[in-house]
Amino acid sequence: MNERREPLFLERESYRQRRTVDAARLLPILGFLALCLPILWGRGGDEGSRVTSVGVIYLFGVWIVLIVSAMILSRRLRRIETEQDDID
Amino acid sequence: MLSFNILIAVCLAYVVALFLIAFVADRRARRGQLGWLRSPLVYTLSLSVYCTAWTFYGAVGYAARSGLEFVTIYLGPTLVMVGWWWILRKLVRIGRSQRITSIADLISSRYGKSNLLGVIVTLMAVIGTTPYIALQLQSVTVSFAVFAQDRSGGAWGASDLNATALWVAAGLALFTVLFGTRNLDANERHYGVVTAIAAEAVMKLFALIAVGVFVVWGVADGAGDILARIDTSPIADWDMKPGRWVSLTFLSAVAFLTLPRMFQVMVVENVDERHLATASWAFPLYLFLMSLFVVPIAVVGLDLLPAGSNPDLFVLTVPLSQGRDGLAILAFLGGFSSATSMVIIAAIALSTMVSNHIVMPIWLSMAHQGATVSGDVRQVVLVSRRISIAVILALGYAYFRVSGGGAALAAIGLISFVGVAQFLPAMLGGIFWRGATKVGAAAGLLTGFALWAYTLFLPSFGGSFILPVSVLADGPFGIGWLRPQGLFGVSGMDPLLHALFWSLALNTIAFCVGSLSSFPKPQERLQGAQFVNVFDHNPNSQGWFGGVVEAEDLLVMAQRILGPEQAQGLFTRAAERQGKAGFLPDTSPEFLQRLERELSGSVGAATGHAMIGQIVGGSSVSVDDLMAVADETAQMMEYSSQLEEKSAELGRTARQLREVNEKLTDLSVQKDAFLSQISHELRTPMTSIRAFSEILRDGGVTGRERKKYATIIHDETIRLTRLLDDLLDLSVLENGQVKLNMRTVDLYDVIERSVVSAGIDGRMRFKRASSGEHVSVMTDPDRLSQVFINLIANACKYCAADAPELQIKVRTAAGVVEVDFIDNGAGIPAKSQPLIFEKFSRLGDHRAAGGAGLGLAICREVMSNLGGSVDYLPGQGGAAFRVSLPNERRSSVGVNHS
Repeated sequence: MNERREPLFLERESYRQRRTVDAARLLPILGFLALCLPILWGRGGDEGSRVTSVGVIYLFGVWIVLIVSAMILSRRLRRIETEQDDID
Repeated sequence: MLSFNILIAVCLAYVVALFLIAFVADRRARRGQLGWLRSPLVYTLSLSVYCTAWTFYGAVGYAARSGLEFVTIYLGPTLVMVGWWWILRKLVRIGRSQRITSIADLISSRYGKSNLLGVIVTLMAVIGTTPYIALQLQSVTVSFAVFAQDRSGGAWGASDLNATALWVAAGLALFTVLFGTRNLDANERHYGVVTAIAAEAVMKLFALIAVGVFVVWGVADGAGDILARIDTSPIADWDMKPGRWVSLTFLSAVAFLTLPRMFQVMVVENVDERHLATASWAFPLYLFLMSLFVVPIAVVGLDLLPAGSNPDLFVLTVPLSQGRDGLAILAFLGGFSSATSMVIIAAIALSTMVSNHIVMPIWLSMAHQGATVSGDVRQVVLVSRRISIAVILALGYAYFRVSGGGAALAAIGLISFVGVAQFLPAMLGGIFWRGATKVGAAAGLLTGFALWAYTLFLPSFGGSFILPVSVLADGPFGIGWLRPQGLFGVSGMDPLLHALFWSLALNTIAFCVGSLSSFPKPQERLQGAQFVNVFDHNPNSQGWFGGVVEAEDLLVMAQRILGPEQAQGLFTRAAERQGKAGFLPDTSPEFLQRLERELSGSVGAATGHAMIGQIVGGSSVSVDDLMAVADETAQMMEYSSQLEEKSAELGRTARQLREVNEKLTDLSVQKDAFLSQISHELRTPMTSIRAFSEILRDGGVTGRERKKYATIIHDETIRLTRLLDDLLDLSVLENGQVKLNMRTVDLYDVIERSVVSAGIDGRMRFKRASSGEHVSVMTDPDRLSQVFINLIANACKYCAADAPELQIKVRTAAGVVEVDFIDNGAGIPAKSQPLIFEKFSRLGDHRAAGGAGLGLAICREVMSNLGGSVDYLPGQGGAAFRVSLPNERRSSVGVNHS
């Protein structure tokens, strides 16, 4: 309880919390854009073309980045939710 | 070669294991040993009902046909889960705080507990889900057929397939009835089922990964080899259709939110909101793992198996072709798990909707006596649910038989997705937009559903059901722009995208227009506010007002729905909270609301509302009630503001009293001081008079001495007389008995006279502006000059400057003439300033002053008798006094008065 009372810490903390929520809201939008990016790739046969094997690596790469980001965010968000419940 | 009987035995053993898991979990839950049953892991795994047999087998087939596009079906849900803070968090909170039992209940409850909407959503869900159930039955039978074929070398006949499907459907119905309708749980959670689903989730993931690992490291030569094989396979070129890519991602995201079975596991079965935080990354991870090996299996399957073999079954046929029978059985169990978990949850979700929104309302309206009198409601609900489950599975089976399996059924997955996607506008509008109304929701749902049926569902039969081929080709009555797959002249579009676009677009438009143009009922607006602002408000809705209800009637009804123990517990707790003993609490609005919510948890919001309505007398919220509440609130607010005012007034009075008390105490101290002062002042001259008169009486003094003593006696007598005169004067002035000789005079004359008679010693220099002093005032000149003389004499006496000077300034302002006397001395210290007008107050050595300290007190009394005042003027450099007196016109009034 005591360390929470420190005003400087609290302010910093609540600021961080809001930005975490912002990040959580932003993540699916960024994810959607990243997953739609292959649309802009060239046709098969061209340089940098849409090849399934490259697509597999790209899509699963984006996917795992999304999962890891969501995991990091969810830890912080769960703490925020718990605190809010305490206030309620 | 694998014996078919072994397969049957393994399959049965697996089913028995599932029953055991469900049974144990259920028993633990009922004993309250929730423990790991409530863990985020179980929650996450239960979400995997999203991955049906269609995705388990179908994904590989999809990948073999159109490359990477299959992954969109998983990407949509991933985005929804990753973005849980947007929608899912709110949905789960609403679901928990409002005791929502299904997606139909959510929509019905949001729009004023409307049963009409409940019925619409239920029917749409049943129509959209039944083919999907048929698809699961098909996948199970087809996978059985693979093994049967393998064994006998000959294909299964249609009758064998149908018999298998029937058995599977019957088994699933049994399982669902046993564990899905075991009890009428107030919060509609099925621990047994959910745990079994979680076990199945592990099973299917394990199976798919096992096959994948075998393919990559058993058949192929590791990841690099697989990538090389992809490059040489028929799907090496990624034939991406951007429209389909984006739309399918969107569609799967929407379906993830609106599928009745997803809503069931995600919202209804959620035991802790924080599990969502874990699931937000864990479920995408699950999907990631589920799709990781899809492309390798597809590529290897295309490579190994003869052309023309069904790619949907690669998961089974690849291990079989390599002689890995154990692996094939594992894969079979994975597919079996996918199919059964979907069917079980879908059947539970649909049966809840059917019994709450269709059967119960009908039963209630048929039982005219009302809920209190007729049979056991609890039993009715359970029986109706069991029958619903059986009917839904029977419908699925019938659909399977009618459609005859095959390709038409395989396409049904996405068709079903588009069907349930129609719930989206009503759902999202309901939780984010307070202006959404029942009319809008109904209009949107019906429009979307009709368009879905017309542009996608009916055409999927290829002209064999309701819509003939001619309509498909040329439109109804030959109207080309109404062609089901080319509405309004849009042609050349993928039929699925065409249907998705038109149905959702028109659905949304109808929803918005309907909402904007209609006016919601009070109940609807209240619910709307509660849903939209679920994070701001306490979970607490207005519902029932002052109905005259017997608590006993309510108890009788609640017992029938919740069961005697639970109902009695609820009533006892409520009574305790109200401070009463026994089972019957007062039927306060809060209690009715609570009870309604409990009932809603069992039979849905609309039915719960209707049942209480029957007993309370149909009095839900009317505008009058709201007005009454508002009125009451206004009264209370007014009352409290009055109280506040009163208490402020009390505070003021107390402060005044305190000040008066302080003043009285001061006065009493002053009075004592005055008495002791006056005795002292009288005593000092009297002592010297007595002493010198005794000397004179005794004789023996020279003439010169006698004269000296007599002079002293005389002086002291004069001093005494002066003191007594002053005292008398003050007393007369204070009592207002003074006689004033009022006349109009020139102020200059009064000042002149005062300066002459006071400034006798000539040491003091006067600074005056004579021109400003010619002001005529109505006053008593003798009294006024008495004040002036006093002030001037004081200045002469106390001004300690080396070259003392006194400035006299006269000013006329706003009907008042002000005369300032400002010297250049040290002034009066701030702390003494309030005291100088008090009687006998002298600063410093009073001998030096040679007066009794009554001068300024008299001045003040004189000025107040003259209708003016004399004040100390701080901040002028030296001691400064301001005499204010009314000018001629005003003082004439004041004179008569005095």
